[in-house]
Formats: sequence, structure tokens, C-alpha cells
Amino acid sequence: MIPTILMAAPVSNDWITLDFVSLGQNFWSATFDGLTFGSIYALVALGYTLVYGVLNLINFAHSEVFIMGCYAVFFTLSFLGFGPSAPNLGVGAIILNLLLALIAAIVASALTAFLLERLAYRPLRKRNAPRLVFLITAIGASFTIQYLIFLWRGPVPEQALTMFQTKPVFQVFGTIIYSDQILIVTAAVIMMVVTERFISKSRTGRGIRAVAQDPDTATLMGVNKEKIIITTFVIGGILAGAAALFYVMKIPSGVVYNGGFILGIKAFAAAVLGGIGNVRGALLGGLLLGLIGNYGQILLGNSQWTDVVAFMVLVLVLLFRPEGILGTSLGRSKA
Amino acid sequence: MSMVDGPKPFSTAKSEQKTANMESAGVPPGSSGAVPRPNRKFGSWSDRWREMPRQKQWLILIPVVILAFLLPVINPPLISTEPGNDWPLACQAMAIFALVAVGLNIVIGYAGLLDLGYIAFFAVGSYTAAMLTSPDSAFIKIPYLWTIPVAIAVSMFVGVLLGLPTLRLRGDYLAIVTLGFGEIVRILATLIPAMKGQPGFQNVGHPPGIGADGIPIFANSNGTPWYWLTLVILIIVLFLVGNLERSRVGRAWIAIREDEDAAETMGVPTFKYKVWAFALGAGVGGLAGSLMGGQVGFVNNQKFDVVTSILFVAAVVLGGSGNKVGAILGGALVAYIPLRFTAIAEYKFLIFGLALVVIMIYRSQGLLPARQRLLAYGTAAYAAVRRRGSANPSAAGGSGTGGGAHTSSSTPAHRAEGEQA
Repeated sequence: MIPTILMAAPVSNDWITLDFVSLGQNFWSATFDGLTFGSIYALVALGYTLVYGVLNLINFAHSEVFIMGCYAVFFTLSFLGFGPSAPNLGVGAIILNLLLALIAAIVASALTAFLLERLAYRPLRKRNAPRLVFLITAIGASFTIQYLIFLWRGPVPEQALTMFQTKPVFQVFGTIIYSDQILIVTAAVIMMVVTERFISKSRTGRGIRAVAQDPDTATLMGVNKEKIIITTFVIGGILAGAAALFYVMKIPSGVVYNGGFILGIKAFAAAVLGGIGNVRGALLGGLLLGLIGNYGQILLGNSQWTDVVAFMVLVLVLLFRPEGILGTSLGRSKA
Repeated sequence: MSMVDGPKPFSTAKSEQKTANMESAGVPPGSSGAVPRPNRKFGSWSDRWREMPRQKQWLILIPVVILAFLLPVINPPLISTEPGNDWPLACQAMAIFALVAVGLNIVIGYAGLLDLGYIAFFAVGSYTAAMLTSPDSAFIKIPYLWTIPVAIAVSMFVGVLLGLPTLRLRGDYLAIVTLGFGEIVRILATLIPAMKGQPGFQNVGHPPGIGADGIPIFANSNGTPWYWLTLVILIIVLFLVGNLERSRVGRAWIAIREDEDAAETMGVPTFKYKVWAFALGAGVGGLAGSLMGGQVGFVNNQKFDVVTSILFVAAVVLGGSGNKVGAILGGALVAYIPLRFTAIAEYKFLIFGLALVVIMIYRSQGLLPARQRLLAYGTAAYAAVRRRGSANPSAAGGSGTGGGAHTSSSTPAHRAEGEQA
């Protein structure tokens, strides 16, 4: 996706414009689209935030956990007969097919996250390795998975799939809202709420918070740390798998070996913006980043500015409020 | 993480950093954590080297340097690259990668900061050289050799700009910010018209001089003079970095890497030295970039992808982070292997990515491990450790003892340090 956009970049003299008129005209459509992208960022950001909360590690390979889900969606839907044009199926059949794709994506992503934790991070934890070693391993693992996919599928994005014909549902402020936007935002928010409930209410969730707060004391209190860590990775994988389905729905041509990379950085920026280690912060940060990115893109007049704006947001947040908007970490959040 | 969940005065990332959990206490990248591993072969070589007197070191070094200079001319049969890859140009690529690795080693190896977007500084250097010499650019033109200091200055400036917001925080943030920055530079090169995106800059300048046959000595396809130039610069950089390493600055870096909080407590202005490490690393990156830009003669936005940045990290880690000779070896290897074995060239990213994971799990100190804690005490300390080492078998291993409280802080190396101090 990114290389193709790069090719199409304009060479003109007015490269940076502040197009307030166009922002004013497209404000609401940019808002709703931004919220849609934001929901996807938020789901991926949760994976970063949970692992960061528990292990204090930026799991660079989470973007690959996500892209594996995208490939699972692609292969499942291709197998089920989806193609570039919208399928000729009833609503029920489409929902069933999408559910199958969702399950496949969740399984693929969760499995990747599981294997990653077992093969790469666990041996390091056993040796009590320093932080830098973890980070280098994470980036190495990310790289390895990315290039395994590259060797398997090549540099060209997979054929675009249309899951269903997006239909206008209703109008708000004179802007049409489409069915896919509603679906993505609703599903993402529901998943976030369920995750939040799970972390704050369930027994496992309490374990996760305990390990995040103090791994050694948690172990002394009878929490199985290894099991909690692997569970955290798998939860992150499940959410990334769900994000993968929505991502392919929104950007059909985005299934490419390095497609997770920029999205991963944006999702991480979202997690930092909301307060890393904070589940609600991930949702808030994701939605905000989606909005900021979309406004910035329209204001500055080129879709590539989305990435630059997201990066600037990350740097600015780190400069002025490194603990993020909601601040608290996973361990300190209320029981 | 704090055990107390009561009222907290402020929960900035800084305080998080102070209370970082035990797993992540600042252990140097060169050490192997809880278990000090014996690594006889390489460790003893480097020990033997370090306890030699200066004169003896020079006696060995001078032939090595001469050999390095002759490398593109003699074209050794087994080592030479496969047909299709010009050997002098391969030498140049190795020298550039070695230079990059030496620069990145300041950031990763000495100060313990993970810079994943080092390619960005390389790009800044290349673009500086290109924009000040190429006829395609609208800027003023200066002779190529003058662009080198300018490139260093510009990339150091960018480094400081990027380091200031992030270096106050925990190292992880630096990793992700630099990773993002590596990608953003490429996008900005596309978006900003003055940087000309894909068409890029042709005919980047080169040092003056016309050969006997009328073509410039520093032609793009003529690897040998470029290799010599790069090698001379590499040696100068090595001298400077080596002096820094043994100075107050180097000790401050190592202190920061070993345990930032302890260093701060002991009065080391950690932020200042972290910014210095980052800026110097950026400067060397820009230097390498300007050399690369001049040699290739063409700079556009397609060359500076983040994957190459990860190759740089792999070079440092493979060679042994914290050891400049290791960095040279790692850099040269990373450039050399794909050119020597063209059959595996297309798998190089996979190979080096996997190598990162495997090295971290099984030999986190790299091929040539660093023994930084002894650095400050000079050759005598190495000799002392070595004598002890022959008495106690476990002493030959365990690069560095910096495991903090929870690791083996009483290895012989540590005791030797105590005696010296």
C-alpha cells in the first residue's frame, strides 16, 4: 500500500497547504472515517498496551501478529469465493462468511502471538535478560515474520476483496454514514468493553493486573506468571485478529507483507496517546489518533500526511505528557 | 512498578523508569544476564589483545591496516565476491557498513539506547551531500568534500532534535520514535518538493581529481579510491571514538547503560550524555550517508527504508555491541555475506532478522564481546583479570559483570576492579 502511494506523490510547489475550506466541507465525513480507522488502531493498540503493561516491553512484532490475521482473512475469504466485486449473497450468508473469516483471523493472530512469546520472549525471560535484549529480539522477530511472508507472497499486495456492498444507512449532519463504518466502530467498541470488563472483573484479569503491578509479589500470592503472560499475548492476538478483519474490510488492498508496519507504529502512538498500559486509554487514543490523522490529511492535502501527523502526535505526546491522556498503568487501574 | 498503590505524587514515565521492575534492571547488552557464560575463544583473544603494551598493539595493527588498504587490489580468490558483484565496490560497501556500525555502536553499544531508525541519519547525510552538489538541486553548490562536515552537522542537529523529547523518557520510547522517524524521513523526502521524491538527485558530486585516462578518479563505478577514502575516514572515526570511549564521556555512557538510575545518583548527568551519544551516533551516520551518496552518485527516496536500518542494528549486535572492533566486523559481514553468496542474497533480511533473535537468545554479547567495565582501568586491569582467570576457570567468560544486585556481582572481574580502584 505504502509504496504505491509513494509513487503517486505529487511534485508541486504548494506541497504544504492549510486547506481549511476543504476541512470544513468534509469535516463530518472525515470524523466518521477517522473514528472507523481509530477503532482499528484502538484494537491493535490494546495488544501493545496489554503486553507493555505486563512485561514492560514494546512488542514490535505485534504488527506482524496483526498482518498474519489479515492474511488469514484474505485466504479464508478467497477460499469462500469472494473476489474484487461484491459477492452475490444474502445478508445471512455474508455474515456467516465474515464470521468464519473472523475466526480464522483470530486463530492465526493468536497463534502467532503464542508462538512469538514461546519461541522468542520466554527463553529471554528465563535468563532474566536486560531490556535492550528484549527490544532487539522483538524487532528481530518482527523482521523475521515480515520476510517470511515476503518470501512466501512476494512484494505485491494481495488482490483486493470486497466483503459486501457498503450501503448508506442514515445521515448525520448531512453526511451519509455507511454500513461498514457502523459495523466496525460498533464491533470494536464492544470488543474493547468486553476486554475492559475481562481485565477488571475476571479472575484471569485480576492476575494480569497483579503481574503488571508487581510480578514477584504476584507470583508469591499464587499467580501463575507464565500463564498470565501467555494469556496476555493471546488476548492481544485475538484483538489484532479482529482488527485484521476490519482492516481488510476498510482497506481491501492493504494485505501486503509490510502492511502491518506503519499501522503498528500508529497503533503504538495511539496507545501512548491514551496512556500506555491503560485499556481505556487505548480506545481513547485510537479514536483520537484516527480523527487527528484524518483531519491532518485533509488539512494538509495528501494522504501520506496521515503517517507524518501520527508520528508528530507521538513525539508531541512524549514531549508534553508522556504518561498519556488517561495516564495510569494497567497495574494501577481500579479493581 | 510500585508495590504501594496509594496516593502517588506524580506518575510520569520518569518515575516509572525509577521503579522499573527487576527483570529490566539496567544490565549491559554485552552481559548475558543471570548466567555469566564462558566464551573462551573470542574472549581470550580480546583479553590478550588488551593487555598488550601499546607498541606491540601497533606492531600488529599496522600490517592489518596495510592489508585492509590493499584489500580491493589483491582481490583474494576465495574471499572475493561472486561474478557480477564488483569486488572494490563490495569493499566500499563493507567499509560504509562498518562505519555505520561504528556510529550506531556509540548509541546502542555504549549508551544502551536502541536506535531503530538509524537509516534516517544516513538519509539526512546523503541528502545533504546530494542537495549541495547535484545539478538537480536548487541550492547553492559547494565542493563535495565540504559537504561531509555539513552533512555531519546537519544530521547531528536532527539527532538532537529527535533526542531531546525522547531521551528524557525510558529507552523503549526512543526505539519506537526512531523507528517511526526512519519511515517519516522517507515520506517527507517524497512530500517536500525540494527533496524531489522518486526522481531524486543525479550526478551527486565527488572528490576532485582526474585519472590518466581522463575519467575522474572518484567515478561512481571505481570502488577502490572510494574504499580508501572511506577507510581513512573510518580510521579517524575509530581514533576519535576510542578516545571518547576511554574518557569521562565514555565512562558516563557505560554507567548509563549499566544502570541509569545508579549513574544519575552518582552525579552523571544522564540526559546530557544520552543526547551526546545520540547526536554523535547521528553524526557518524550522516558522514556515512554523505560518503554513500557521493559514491553511488544518485540519491532518491527509495534507498532509505527501515529494513536497512534493522540491518544496521543486526550488524552491531552480531559483531558484539559495545565493542568497536566487533562493530566493524559485524558491519563488514552484513555487507559482505549477500555479495559473496549471491544465492542467499534475497534471503538476507530473513537471515539477519533471524540472526538477531538467535543471537539475543543464545549469545547476546555477539561475536566479539565487550568488556566495558574494565575499560576505565586500562591494560593493567585486563592483565589482572586474566591472571585471576587462569586461576579460576570461570573468569575467562562473563563479559562484564553488570548484572546489578541479582546477578553475579562477585565474579573475579569485579574483584579485580575493586583492587585496581
